[in-house]
Amino acid sequence: MLKINNLHVYYGGIHALKGISLEVPENKIITLIGANGAGKSTTLRAISRLVSASEGEIIFNNEDISKLKTTEVVKRGITLVPEGRRVFPDLTVLENLKLGAYLRNDKKAIKDDINHVYEFFPRLKEREWQLAGTLSGGEQQMLAIGRALMSKPKLLMMDEPSLGLAPLIVQDVFEIIKMIHQEGMTILLIEQNAMAALKIADYGYVLETGTITLEGTGQELLNNEQVKKAYLGE
Amino acid sequence: MKRKIITSLIIIGIVIVILILLQNTLGNFKLRILNLAGIYVIFAVSMNLINGFTGQLALGHAGFIAVGAYTYTLLVMDSDLKSMNFFLEPIVPFLSSVHWPFLPAVIMGGLLAGLAGLLIGAPVLRLRGDYLAIATLGFGEIIRTVFTNTQSITNGSLGLKAIPMPKSFLFIEMKNAFTWWVWTAVIITVIFHFLLVSSSYGRALKAIREDEKAAEAMGVNIFKHKVWAMVISSFFAGIGGALLASLMTTIDPLMFRFTLTFNILLIVVLGGMGSISGSVISAVVVTILMEWLRFLDQGFMGLPEIPGLRMVVFSTLLLLVVLFYPRGLMGNEELSWNKITKMFQRFHMQPREVRK
Ligand SMILES: Nc1ncnc2c1ncn2[C@@H]1O[C@H](COP(=O)(O)OP(=O)(O)O)[C@@H](O)[C@H]1O
Ligand SMILES: [Mg+2]
Repeated sequence: MLKINNLHVYYGGIHALKGISLEVPENKIITLIGANGAGKSTTLRAISRLVSASEGEIIFNNEDISKLKTTEVVKRGITLVPEGRRVFPDLTVLENLKLGAYLRNDKKAIKDDINHVYEFFPRLKEREWQLAGTLSGGEQQMLAIGRALMSKPKLLMMDEPSLGLAPLIVQDVFEIIKMIHQEGMTILLIEQNAMAALKIADYGYVLETGTITLEGTGQELLNNEQVKKAYLGE
Repeated sequence: MKRKIITSLIIIGIVIVILILLQNTLGNFKLRILNLAGIYVIFAVSMNLINGFTGQLALGHAGFIAVGAYTYTLLVMDSDLKSMNFFLEPIVPFLSSVHWPFLPAVIMGGLLAGLAGLLIGAPVLRLRGDYLAIATLGFGEIIRTVFTNTQSITNGSLGLKAIPMPKSFLFIEMKNAFTWWVWTAVIITVIFHFLLVSSSYGRALKAIREDEKAAEAMGVNIFKHKVWAMVISSFFAGIGGALLASLMTTIDPLMFRFTLTFNILLIVVLGGMGSISGSVISAVVVTILMEWLRFLDQGFMGLPEIPGLRMVVFSTLLLLVVLFYPRGLMGNEELSWNKITKMFQRFHMQPREVRK
């Protein structure tokens, strides 16, 4: 579904991605793990075209999207749940969700999808009229995921959804990711919480300072000595 | 939705009734203040769109108002009036014989101001915060400087005098036709902005204000939205400018200095950035207060005449309001029946209803 070839990204003089290649097949959960500053967020930002790649291809359903505008990428069906949630704090929960559907015109279907999101996250329904900025961290994360689902993506990219959440809530978040996946969603997941991510992932990549150093199925990486040492704290 | 429409109709009805009563009872001087208040409502609401709802600190409003005012004036003046005004240097031939009726001239004022908004917005809206403020402020001043120096089009610093006022409203001749025009424009402006900010387009503008990057990630085309907000905002500024020219009956470039933008910004901040009803209330109250405070300048209670005392008192009041209500009168909420009833409940010291 998504295929990245030899992707390079610079921030001014900083060479953040040094020619990475990876693949996200349909209906799979793919995870990208790595330490802080490895370039995980940059990868997702490059796919969403929030930053420009200086070299390389991003092929989505047989089309090179590496020169498109972000709006166009979202229209093609790739939506990012940004790092740090970034809900719109002074808008209500409902308004946040409607914004996720910004590029859609099918009013009736949007309404159904809002209800569908509320089935996933009953807490959001209770707080429909609350300002998003007044939600707890976990609720904001659910809203950020719900908002992204409202764009009806084919590929959902999540940037550290468990960041800064209490352990119990982290479990919930991973449960939700599994549930969304079971409905047929393709997911590209970034995590520092490597253990939890690899457990639910079909395939994983390890990113170190802008280069992919390891890849394998979730199980393989979980059993890999290097990964165990560096990311699983064993 | 249905309830909203009914509420709006009721409010419009009330405004019309109040207008009928006021324009029959108020003297000319007070009617003029009423008209000025309406024009400031248009200025404040339109500025709120780009500054309050979209969160872009754009300070070129005075420039767009000037474009509207001059366009209107040059279109409605007949050739006799023009030759009377342009005595230093004659007006360019293609403008000398143009003579439009009131309404088309006002609309053209808005359109050209909107075009100016597009031409200025497109290059500068890529900037943010302070940079945007400085760039728009600069462009506003550039418009004014251009108007000062194009003697054969604008009559330069001499300004334009004896601008005619409309004598009829919707083809009906009446005494206070201008008041009806102004407040019709006010109602249209307010309703248009209400509909706009509660549409999905308006939601996108608010999202840009809240978190530009996140809005972009949701597929909102940031730049296009900002430019559109600017064009709409300057269109209405131009409409207001045209009405202002008509009310003042004379205009000159000095009227459109940065202080005009600043006064409107104060009204917007006082009313609440992101609240249309806040801007409406604030514009009316401030305009009336500024007139009422005039007695301060003229010496009172044995004090000598101190020109400018009005501004000192006004600024102090403003400071107090900003200190105690940092988000303005309304914050970014709108006036609603719920709110009004709640306010009364508070007056009666009843326990407030807990929000569900
Ligand atoms: N906006 C930016 N400007 C300059 N450098 C950046 C910017 N964003 C990220 N970087 C740098 O790029 C590298 C990769 O960052 P990032 O993709 O955020 O890493 P990760 O998400 O894996 O923690 C880091 O060295 C970081 O300092
Ligand atoms: Mg990151």
